[in-house]
Amino acid sequence: MSSTIALIIIGVAVLFIIGIKLLASPKTARLGNLVAAAGMLVALLTLHKPTGEYVWSQGWTMNYTLIAIGTLIGLVIGAIGAYSVKMTAMPQMVALFNGLGGGAAALVASLEFIKPDREITTFIAVTMLFATLIGSLSFSGSIIAYLKLEGKFEKPMTFPGQNILNGLILLVILGLGVYLAGWGANATAFIVMFLLALFFGIAMVMPIGGADMPVVISLLNSFTGLAVAADGFAINNLAMVVAGTLVGSSGTLLTLLMCKAMNRPVTNVLFGAFGSGGGGGKGGAGDLGGKTVKPIQADEAALLLGYAQQVVIVPGYGMAVAQAQHQVRELSDELGKRGVEVRFAIHPVAGRMPGHMNVLLAEANVPYDQLCEMEAINPTMDRVDVCLVIGANDVVNPAAREDKSSPIYGMPIIEADRAKTVIVLKRSMAKGFAGIENHLFYKDNTRMLFGDAKASLQTLIAQLKAS
Amino acid sequence: MDTNVLFIFILAIFIGFEVISKVPSMLHTPLMSGTNAIHGIILFGGILVLADAAAPLARTLGFIAVIFGSANVFGGFMVTDRMLQMFKKKKK
Repeated sequence: MSSTIALIIIGVAVLFIIGIKLLASPKTARLGNLVAAAGMLVALLTLHKPTGEYVWSQGWTMNYTLIAIGTLIGLVIGAIGAYSVKMTAMPQMVALFNGLGGGAAALVASLEFIKPDREITTFIAVTMLFATLIGSLSFSGSIIAYLKLEGKFEKPMTFPGQNILNGLILLVILGLGVYLAGWGANATAFIVMFLLALFFGIAMVMPIGGADMPVVISLLNSFTGLAVAADGFAINNLAMVVAGTLVGSSGTLLTLLMCKAMNRPVTNVLFGAFGSGGGGGKGGAGDLGGKTVKPIQADEAALLLGYAQQVVIVPGYGMAVAQAQHQVRELSDELGKRGVEVRFAIHPVAGRMPGHMNVLLAEANVPYDQLCEMEAINPTMDRVDVCLVIGANDVVNPAAREDKSSPIYGMPIIEADRAKTVIVLKRSMAKGFAGIENHLFYKDNTRMLFGDAKASLQTLIAQLKAS
Repeated sequence: MDTNVLFIFILAIFIGFEVISKVPSMLHTPLMSGTNAIHGIILFGGILVLADAAAPLARTLGFIAVIFGSANVFGGFMVTDRMLQMFKKKKK
């Protein structure tokens, strides 16, 4: 490798690192994305073969025509996907792009592995097999995650002995991998391993519930990063090693951060379908005794809101389902005009994706300095006059604080129950994703406003405007 | 085997951990999406293998790899940018 190429690769690596760094802060995030994209462009324009030849100065063969056509097709697919997707469906789109990247990583490694007349070390063979395995697992797993978030098969699919079966498949895959690495390429063994890896990706994601998909996508994202890094080793491309590794390690950390926000160990997400794990659900209901919920009518709720000084809105998945973010913004503006201080309390895992609520509210033009994180809002909750809970459930359940037998005990929550009055907008008394009773609904200071969130909000806005 | 590459690999692991140690949860999704675009660098892997492909099977698979990688990298950066547009501060 000439020193010029080495310098360019260092530059590319620095652009990626700065890009990720800037992405981690709200003010600079968009710039960070552009910096990383610039790094990618530099890497493309200066792409060299492992032998040191400049890729774009070779004679224009049929292969180059195919490269141009393929890149163009991918560009069109990517652009259509990125610009046509609804804000609520962003997570799926990320899963899909991630799956495609994993598929590409697997194909590149496979092609290198089956190349005839090659002399490779065992180490390089291992990196190729690793990239094939992880890449195809990430491909099929991401497709399943995509379908789950699209609502295709939302329920976790489990059967007895599932983890044992998955373990056996994994063993067979590893056995085939060792055989292929040690004893050379065998087409049948390679194809069987490839297919098993695809199947394993499906089997791994299938039992996991829809609400845990963010963690799964983040994990598969870091997997794809590692597969790309392994590909970089295999075809001796340093930029791929650096980029893939950065994604692999930052993705792993991000996965852990997401799990931490839900107060669940990552193993629990991957191997224990939520709610089915040991006797959880029944703990909650018992000590509620004969308490009943207290409904409220829209006009009274509007009165309470209109004459409050401080209002906190807690959005949840129900707001996303009802597509009510624009009405929420309208309500908040209306209250703002009357001099009411409105803040939004965002739980890290409200919705289906960390940041899900932020994206939705931003789409509705809620200024992001009005959005508060859970840690910032909780200490001020005692001074709040009305806490308006819109389609959130488990993230405001005080059982996480009070009931040791509850499956969500210990999860950090937004302490909505400490506000003077809590108004809960809810379609019915259905349970949240965790499948447990919400103690908040039975508190003395809680009123329930039943109905579709969007319709309820429209009524509230109309009442406020009229008064 | 060039040990320099292993050395760089190890350093990159630590940088990846360090660089996102403090991220507000509202940026988890965009950050995931942004790093997702960065591993779209696999497009170059596809380009490199397709450039040297000789057999029809290798050409076909390489072609698919280029399409996949290209969708990953372009779609990834575009979808991230679209998400982040939403975080603009509203003028009062």
